[in-house]
Amino acid sequence: MNWNGIVAIWRFEMARFFRSIVQSIVSPVLSTSLYFVVFGAAIGSRIEEVEGVSYGAFIVPGLIMLTVLQQSIQNAGFGIYFPKFIGTIFEVLSAPLSAFEIVLGYVGAAATKSLMIGCIILGTSFFFVDITIQHPVWMIGFLVLTAVSFALLGFILGIWARSFEQLNLVPLLVVTPLVFLGGSFYSVTMLPPFWQTVSMFNPVLYLVSGFRWAFFGMADVPIAASLAAIVFFTGACLAVVWWMFRTGYRLKS
Amino acid sequence: MAAIVQVENLTKTYDGGFTALKDVSLDIQEGEILALLGPNGAGKTTLISTICGISNPTSGRVRVGGHDVIEDWRAARSLIGLVPQEIRLEPFEIVGNTVRFSRGLFGKSANPAFIDEVLHDLSLYDKRNARTAELSGGMRRRVLIAKALAHEPRVLFLDEPTAGVDVELRRDMWRLIERLRGEGVTIILTTHYIEEAEMIADRIGVIRSGELLLVEEKADLMRRLGRKELTVELHHPVETLPDRLAEYDLTLSGDGRRLVYGYKAGEERTGITRLLSALQAEGMALIDLQTRESSLEDIFVDLVQEGEGP
Ligand SMILES: Nc1ncnc2c1ncn2[C@@H]1O[C@H](COP(=O)(O)OP(=O)(O)OP(=O)(O)O)[C@@H](O)[C@H]1O
Ligand SMILES: [Mg+2]
Repeated sequence: MNWNGIVAIWRFEMARFFRSIVQSIVSPVLSTSLYFVVFGAAIGSRIEEVEGVSYGAFIVPGLIMLTVLQQSIQNAGFGIYFPKFIGTIFEVLSAPLSAFEIVLGYVGAAATKSLMIGCIILGTSFFFVDITIQHPVWMIGFLVLTAVSFALLGFILGIWARSFEQLNLVPLLVVTPLVFLGGSFYSVTMLPPFWQTVSMFNPVLYLVSGFRWAFFGMADVPIAASLAAIVFFTGACLAVVWWMFRTGYRLKS
Repeated sequence: MAAIVQVENLTKTYDGGFTALKDVSLDIQEGEILALLGPNGAGKTTLISTICGISNPTSGRVRVGGHDVIEDWRAARSLIGLVPQEIRLEPFEIVGNTVRFSRGLFGKSANPAFIDEVLHDLSLYDKRNARTAELSGGMRRRVLIAKALAHEPRVLFLDEPTAGVDVELRRDMWRLIERLRGEGVTIILTTHYIEEAEMIADRIGVIRSGELLLVEEKADLMRRLGRKELTVELHHPVETLPDRLAEYDLTLSGDGRRLVYGYKAGEERTGITRLLSALQAEGMALIDLQTRESSLEDIFVDLVQEGEGP
């Protein structure tokens, strides 16, 4: 293993993050606060408790998930797209680094960033609502797995994208709807039966559900299903990345 | 001893179907400086990219330090430093960090003293905390060189290192190359400045349309292909050449004062003695004699134009 190489990529990417630390943190904190004001306070006051949890607290896991997911995709996508775009990727490709090591560096850095932001949002939410986390270890586990798997997805998008538009399109058109329809702001049991069935095909539902279970001990789907879904998703992303490097897809000529 | 870079029957066809390298074979010895010459689009960069693992070969094989660049890529790549033709740098990162990054990428542990030395050598030390976007083009090229040297490569590829670089910096770069050679680093450079190849290379390769036309010791190449010219300055101008001189390859200057005789350098019989006797027999008095060796440039132009005629 070329550990020095992995650390070099990780550091370089983290430096990019810290160069724009203010934007990196202010924007998620601001949008989370707005969610709390709008959903938690304004609407939440008219919604009764969801299975014994106040609505303001109920949306916290979904909000964290939403941000971590988007940040992971965005950070990893940009992290690999940018060097490809400006041409500095040649150096990484000519270095004695395996595909796995390159992924570890880029995806590791992207996941680190989004985890940091996830923790900041969790911290912010303590200002707005009362929460106690029932299964902290599971909570961290789900958060890390989500950050890593969606950073992998972002990495794939970054390699695939030929323009900044394409890079932003998938998160916008696919991921955001999945997140909103994934039970971030409601329990699927609130939906009519037909939409409940449709929701079962949404992978994000399993993540949010598992994550919420770690907080409040309640879930829309069995916890094992949540775990299986995220492990499957991570595996699928890894397989695609492996294929991309093996064939040099949009990386090498 | 086996060559440090061995290219065997390398062919590269790009996805679009264009064949940029056609069955290229080349051995590069440890410690030598090889200059690759060739017109735009000849395949120089493609050859370098394929050796460095950025571009996959279509067929043939490449070994660096005895390691196959595909099967044993980690060992092969560790030996290589690459300075690409185009300047590509992370714009917002500072110089010192990009150079340290390169060292880390190649698996070397941090060595601040060595990095400082490299920055000094390339006169970048004062700029070590500047963002790369704030540097001039020539400085950015030096940053690329510093990045390539940061991991102490055994084989250094310089793809047009002196394009767009001022005279002074070019001298600096030649000195640096000379010093690296002293340390045993093998250097492969491409250039469009023929005098540069003539000045620093041990061997010269010429590529045209993906074919390696020749690779030869610089001195041999000059000797084998070099043409020499003898210019004879006459005391009294002449209108036409006497018949006796018709058998010689002579050209008379417009003012009738100079005769130019072309011959091949390094041949046993150059015909000079006979020519001079003939001139004397014709009663033509001489003021001066000059010889001029054709430069590598003339050789090069001859080579790449061959077969390109109408
Ligand atoms: N990625 C690519 N896809 C398709 N064709 C390419 C690609 N890269 C280079 N080529 C073609 O391969 C040929 C050789 O290009 P290359 O860059 O190796 O030339 P070069 O000798 O380095 O030229 P120059 O002196 O201009 O740098 C050119 O005809 C070029 O158009
Ligand atoms: Mg080139």
